[in-house]
Amino acid sequence: MSISVQNISKSYKSIQAIDDVSFEVNEGELFGLIGPDGAGKTTIFRILTTLLLANEGNAKVLEFDVKQDYKAIRNSVGYMPGKFSLYQDLTVEENLTFFATIFGTTIEENYDLIEDIYVQIEPFKKRRAGALSGGMKQKLALCCALIHAPKVLFLDEPTTGVDPVSRKEFWQMLKRLQQKGITILVSTPYMDEASLCDRIALIQKGKILKIDSPSNIISKYDKVIYDIQSKNTHGLIHDLKNYSSHYSVYAFGEFIHYIDTNQNFNPNDLQDYLQQKNHTQIIIKPAQTTIEDVFMDL
Amino acid sequence: MKTILFIIQKEFKQIFRDKSMLQLIFILPILQLLILSNAATFDVKNIAITFVDNNQSRESRELISAFDASTYFNVTESYFSENKAIEEMQKGKTDIIVNIPVNFNRNLQKDKKGSISVNINAIDAATAGVENVYVTQIVSAYNKNIQIQSKYISENKEVEQNIMVIPSFWYNNTLNYKTFMVPGILVLLVTMLTLFLSSMNIVREKELGTLEQINVTPIKKYQFIIGKLFPFWVLGLVILTVGLIISKVVFNVPMLGNILLVYGFTSIYLLLILGFGLFISNHTETQQQAMFIAWFFMVIFILMSGLFTPIESMPKWAQNITLLNPIRYFVEFIRMVLLKGSGFVEVLNNLLIVFGFAVVVNGLAVWSYKKTN
Repeated sequence: MSISVQNISKSYKSIQAIDDVSFEVNEGELFGLIGPDGAGKTTIFRILTTLLLANEGNAKVLEFDVKQDYKAIRNSVGYMPGKFSLYQDLTVEENLTFFATIFGTTIEENYDLIEDIYVQIEPFKKRRAGALSGGMKQKLALCCALIHAPKVLFLDEPTTGVDPVSRKEFWQMLKRLQQKGITILVSTPYMDEASLCDRIALIQKGKILKIDSPSNIISKYDKVIYDIQSKNTHGLIHDLKNYSSHYSVYAFGEFIHYIDTNQNFNPNDLQDYLQQKNHTQIIIKPAQTTIEDVFMDL
Repeated sequence: MKTILFIIQKEFKQIFRDKSMLQLIFILPILQLLILSNAATFDVKNIAITFVDNNQSRESRELISAFDASTYFNVTESYFSENKAIEEMQKGKTDIIVNIPVNFNRNLQKDKKGSISVNINAIDAATAGVENVYVTQIVSAYNKNIQIQSKYISENKEVEQNIMVIPSFWYNNTLNYKTFMVPGILVLLVTMLTLFLSSMNIVREKELGTLEQINVTPIKKYQFIIGKLFPFWVLGLVILTVGLIISKVVFNVPMLGNILLVYGFTSIYLLLILGFGLFISNHTETQQQAMFIAWFFMVIFILMSGLFTPIESMPKWAQNITLLNPIRYFVEFIRMVLLKGSGFVEVLNNLLIVFGFAVVVNGLAVWSYKKTN
């Protein structure tokens, strides 16, 4: 077991940041904490990286206790905080050398680990970190977090504020790191990234709502979701919400996701209802369930 | 050790990379030393003095010309009515009104005694005090003159022998205020610069979030602190050197004592200031907060250092507070060594006090520096 969290609670003055959270991450697993802003993801990261002490509960990283053995943890984990936190006035190369040195190692020693990431930013190695683009900064931060060959990697919202192409690249890099035997705990507010993890924990308001693999979470969802579209989207949401047997209605990309309370729901009835409401070009079809749908229903 | 060296190297890189900051660090203190040393004088010059001469005699005119002859006074128009003169003071056109009574010359001749009234504008109490001393000096010189004259006139009569006081000012025999202010101002600059830079330095890493990244590393508390503060220790000594050179070359401040002693003392003193800066850093979240707190202490330290107001003239409770003021000990020390040529034994007391403070402050600062919340 790489990470084990048992009944951890933490409150800042009157605000309960996380409430009785427990989960375990297996060795070599890519585990995602999925939840909106303010759900308590960063607090969990800070506790596990020994930056913050929990009010209650125990947590272990690589079998080291976060309270007693914090020194051992600091030696063997890599942490990439959500906010870019490298020295902006040092160059790419200087930042990397700095972090290598304070971990008592050199860039050459673990070069193979960072190689395929570092080659992408190497052309800019003389540039100051503050002058890099968002995606480049993330790559540099990942390099710095990896330079001492950590066994566990903590990535707090690594793709927030990064363009879609770089995000995709970033997840491919994580997959490659995972193949090298590194356990990765990653948090993200993007539901579409959830399906790239081995297992995910859905977290909201400091509580974990569900832990499972993304495919299980989707397959265990028992409700049928319909994609609905018409010419007047705004009026469509309004009218669907007034439909007597509706369960939930929310916008989802170009469609409206609609769930009915009635098990024997017949789409044709809904079609008739919408036509009465003067909607044109109506499309009603069963939708593919996504993590976001499950999350919306929790 | 390697880690510490590497952090020091990183800090220096960051300091030298910020070109505008580097200029501020060096140019501002030099400018301040040059400007303040010329401006912060205790001499009061160009005092406007107005006479209300009701006597209009040879004696009264002699008294007025005695003031006129002094470079410190500008004699303005004389008035015959005191009210008119007071009006002038109200308008701020005169600082002192001297009223010579009608019987001034007669009283002097008859009773060997005359009185004049002197009104001084005391809006600024310190200036008024100095002006009073000047007036007294000129009047007593005039007195002596009158006595000698009357001695000639009445040669046979026994004249009361006055006790003559001839002061001799040691260690600064011309009472050159620059000799005495420049070392003090240099102390202020060294203190200010190192306190501000060190108190804002670690809090800056907090603000930027880099401290979070550092805290997850196995870097040790002492390594980080030494690595962060050492560059400012060096910077403090560099500023001292530049300041001493300016003091010697521009102001010709005597340097009688051992200059190595000055460096030795400053080295320990800087540890105290840096520890204090670190302490401020630990208890603040932003550079702004750190700046305000550093300023708060700096103002108290400066005004209670004995540099601008003598500690001896403060009330007892304020004198006790100055015992906690590090600048006080440094100002005392640097004047003793530079002007008086004091040696190690004479300044040992100051050295031990500053050393004691340094140990306590650094102990507190290191203790309150936490890598975990």
